Amino acid sequence: MSSNIDLKRGLDIPITGKAAPFISKTIVPDIAAVRPGDFNGLVPRLLVSEGDKVLCGSPVLADKLHPEILLTSPISGTVQAIVRGEKRKLLSVLIKSDLEGACAEFDVSGAKTPEGIRDLLCKSGLWPWIVQRPYGTVANPDARPKAIFVSSFNTAPLAADNEFAFASEIQYIQAGIDALALMAGCPVHLGTDGSLKDSVFDSITGVEFHKFKGKHPAGNVGVQISHICPIRKDETVWTVSPAGLSAIGKLLRKGRLDLYRAVAVTGPMAIEPSYVRTIPGMSVSELAGYYGNTPENIRIISGDPLSGRKCGIDGYLGFFDTQVTMINEGTEREWFGWIRPLRYKQFSTDHCYFSWLTPWRKYDMDTNIHGGQRAFVMSDPYYRKVLPMDIFPIYLAKACLAGDIDRMERFGIYEVLPEDLALCEFIDPCKNEIQDMIAKGIDLMRKEMA
Amino acid sequence: MNKIFEKGGKLWWLHSTADAFDTFLKVPGTVSGKGSSVRDAIDLKRIMIMVVIALVPAALFGMWNVGYQHNLTLGDGRLQILANFWYGFLHVLPLYLVSYIVGLAIEFGSSQIRGEEVNEGYLVTGFLIPLILPVTTPLWMVAAATAFSVIFCKEVFGGTGMNIWNPALVARAFLFFAYPNQMSGSQVWIPNPGPDAITGATPLALDGPAQYGTGFWDLFIGTTPGCVGETSVIAILLGAILLLWTGVASWRIMLSSVLGALFVGGIGQMAGVTGIACWEQLLIGGFAFGTVFMATDPVTSAQTNCGKWFYGFLIGALCITVRLFNPGYAEGMMLAILLMNTFAPLIDHVVVSCSISRRNKKFNAA
Repeated sequence: MSSNIDLKRGLDIPITGKAAPFISKTIVPDIAAVRPGDFNGLVPRLLVSEGDKVLCGSPVLADKLHPEILLTSPISGTVQAIVRGEKRKLLSVLIKSDLEGACAEFDVSGAKTPEGIRDLLCKSGLWPWIVQRPYGTVANPDARPKAIFVSSFNTAPLAADNEFAFASEIQYIQAGIDALALMAGCPVHLGTDGSLKDSVFDSITGVEFHKFKGKHPAGNVGVQISHICPIRKDETVWTVSPAGLSAIGKLLRKGRLDLYRAVAVTGPMAIEPSYVRTIPGMSVSELAGYYGNTPENIRIISGDPLSGRKCGIDGYLGFFDTQVTMINEGTEREWFGWIRPLRYKQFSTDHCYFSWLTPWRKYDMDTNIHGGQRAFVMSDPYYRKVLPMDIFPIYLAKACLAGDIDRMERFGIYEVLPEDLALCEFIDPCKNEIQDMIAKGIDLMRKEMA
Repeated sequence: MNKIFEKGGKLWWLHSTADAFDTFLKVPGTVSGKGSSVRDAIDLKRIMIMVVIALVPAALFGMWNVGYQHNLTLGDGRLQILANFWYGFLHVLPLYLVSYIVGLAIEFGSSQIRGEEVNEGYLVTGFLIPLILPVTTPLWMVAAATAFSVIFCKEVFGGTGMNIWNPALVARAFLFFAYPNQMSGSQVWIPNPGPDAITGATPLALDGPAQYGTGFWDLFIGTTPGCVGETSVIAILLGAILLLWTGVASWRIMLSSVLGALFVGGIGQMAGVTGIACWEQLLIGGFAFGTVFMATDPVTSAQTNCGKWFYGFLIGALCITVRLFNPGYAEGMMLAILLMNTFAPLIDHVVVSCSISRRNKKFNAA
C-alpha cells in the first residue's frame, strides 16, 4: 500500500554550505563520548569507572528505570574521564581509543523471536535508537506500539542526503526493518521523498510506503505521523531513523556493533563542506580541517541549524545526529536594520523585506537573532504557514507556557516534538524560544502523566 | 551598551530606556541561545514601522485637509497645497508631540519597572491617536486620554501583545465618554473658523453626502470635515496596499469588514431606514480608517483565520447598524471595533473548539 501526500505549508531555509556528495575522510576518533543527555527520559546509572578497559559494544551506562537498556561504547579503549556537571549530574563518559578496534561479539542466533531481538538490542546498546512518541523518549521495551514510523529523508536545512548516505546500506536497513516488525508485531510506515523519481529506499519490502512532497518539515517523522495516523491519548508509536535501522541491520548481519555512518559537515563557515564517515560521540575537534584557524567566532552545532545542539569545538557529535553545522556567531551590529529598505544580505520570509522575491538566492546566515525578544504579537496563522500539521502552534506554545495540561492535550502536545515547531521559532518576529516552550511542556506532561 | 546601564551600574534604573535608544540605532548583537541557531531577519520594529509608513499618507493628507477646511470657512477654497499643509501641520504637530511624549514616557517607565525591553507597539499607537481625534481637541485631553489608555488598557495587562482592546481606540473612547462635546457635533472639526463661517458637521452626522452636497470624489479624496486621518479614502487605501503587500494586516479582516458593512447597509437601504447607498457607507466617517488600521491590529483581533472572517464581518455590520439606528451619535466604527475586540477571544474559542472536535471525529472514524 502506498499513498501520496502533498504538504503545502513549510519553508526551506536558503542557507549556504550544503555538503558535496562525497566522503572526504573516515574519522576514527581519538576520544569518543557517551552522553546520557542525548536520550530523553533516560536516567543513567554508571557501569564503568575511570581506567576501565572497554570494547566496542561493552556496556557503559544503564537506564535506572529499565535496567535492561544499556548504552555501550562506540569504540574500544579506556575510560578516560567521567564528566559531571552541577549536582553531580552525569554529563558524559569519555573513552580514549586504543586504536585496536576490538569489538564485543554478540550472539545473534537468538534474534529469531520478538524477545530475542529485544534482548539483543538492549544488550548491544542499540535499543535507544527506538524513540517513543508521544514525548520523544527512549522507547519502553514493555510497551506495545501501534505502529513504527521511519522517515527516509531529511528536509532540515543542509541536512545529510539519505539517498547518498545510505545508498550502500539498504540491505542493513531492510534487515533492521524486518527485525523491528517481527519484534513489535505492528505495521511499519516508511515516509519517502515524493519529489524524487526513484529512491534507494523504493526497494525496501515489508513496509507501507507514504510519499511526502513538500518543504521542510515534510521530512520530520512527527509531521508524517500526523498525516498517516495521528497519535491519540494513551497510544504509543515508535520512530527509528535510517541510521538506527542500518546499525541494527549491521548488528544482526555481522554480530558486532558498527555505528559508522556518513555525517554531513555543512554550514556557511565549513571549508569545503562534504561528508565524513564516523561514529556518534566523536570529538568535534576531529573536524578541525573544516572550521579553519579561527574557531572562536564559529558556532558548531551537532545537528541542523534549526534544532541541533550547540556543542562547540570541545563538544561531541550527538548520538542521533548525522550532520554538523558550522555558522558564524553574529555579534556584529547593523545600523538601523529595522528601517533599511533592502538589507540585501539578510533572509526573511516576511514580505516586509524583499528576499521572498529572489527565491533562488542562498544566504550566509549567522546566529544573530536580528531583534529583541517580545511577547507574542502576531497571530496563529502567521506561524501556521510553516507548519503542515492540523494544530494551532501558538495556542499550543501558550498552553505550554501556562503549564495547562488540559489545553496542551487539546492542542496536540502528543503529536509534536520541539523540532516540528522549529520553523515557527525561525520566523517569529518576537524572537520567542518556541522549541524550548514545547520541550518544557513535554517535560511537564511526562511528569504529570507518569 | 555602556557599562553604567548594566546591572549593578549607576544608571541601571534607566536600562530599558538606554536599550530602546541603543537598539533603535543598531540591530542588537544578541545571538540565539536555546533552540534555533538561525533566525529570520524580521523583527517587531520592522513590522511596526511598516504600519507607521502605511499611516503616513493619511496623516499628510489629514494635515493638508485641516488647513483646507479652515480656509474654506474663510471663503478660500483654493487647493494651496503647501500653505494648507503648513497650517494643518502646525495644528496637528502638538497632538503628535503630546501623544508620543506622554505615551512613550509611560511605556518606558513601565518597561523599566517590569525589567523588560521597551516594546515597539507604542510607535503605532502614538501615531494613530492624533489621527482619530478632532484637530481641536485640547492638548491636556489628549494627554489624559493617552495616559489612561496606555496605563489601563495596555500596561496593566503586561504591555504590548497582552492587551485586550486597541489602545488608540480606548484613548478615543475615553474622550468620547468623558468629553462628548469635544468629540462630535459641528464645532470641533475646524480650528479657528472664520467669523461668518458655516462650520460643518461631518457628512455622517448630516445623514449622508446627498444633503451635504458632497459627491463621491469629495469623500473619496477626503476634502470633508472629520478626524485628522479618517477623511481621505484614497490615502487610507495607499496604506492598505502597503499593509496587504507586506502581510502585516489581515486581508480577511479588511474584506469581511467591507462585506459586513455592505450587507447591513444594503438591508438598511432596501428597508428604507436610510437614504445612504450601501457603498457610500464605506467612504464616510471612520469606516475605512478603522477597517484598515484598527480592526486589523494583530493583538486585539481574532487569532484564527476563520475567526478573522467572523470578526471582520461583525465589525462592518455593527458599525453600520449603529449608524442606522443611533441618531445621537452616528459614528459606530470605534464602538464596533472595541466591542469585537472584547468578543474576539470568544470567536477564537469557538473556532478552535470546532476545529479540535472536527479533528477528534476524524480520528474516531479512522
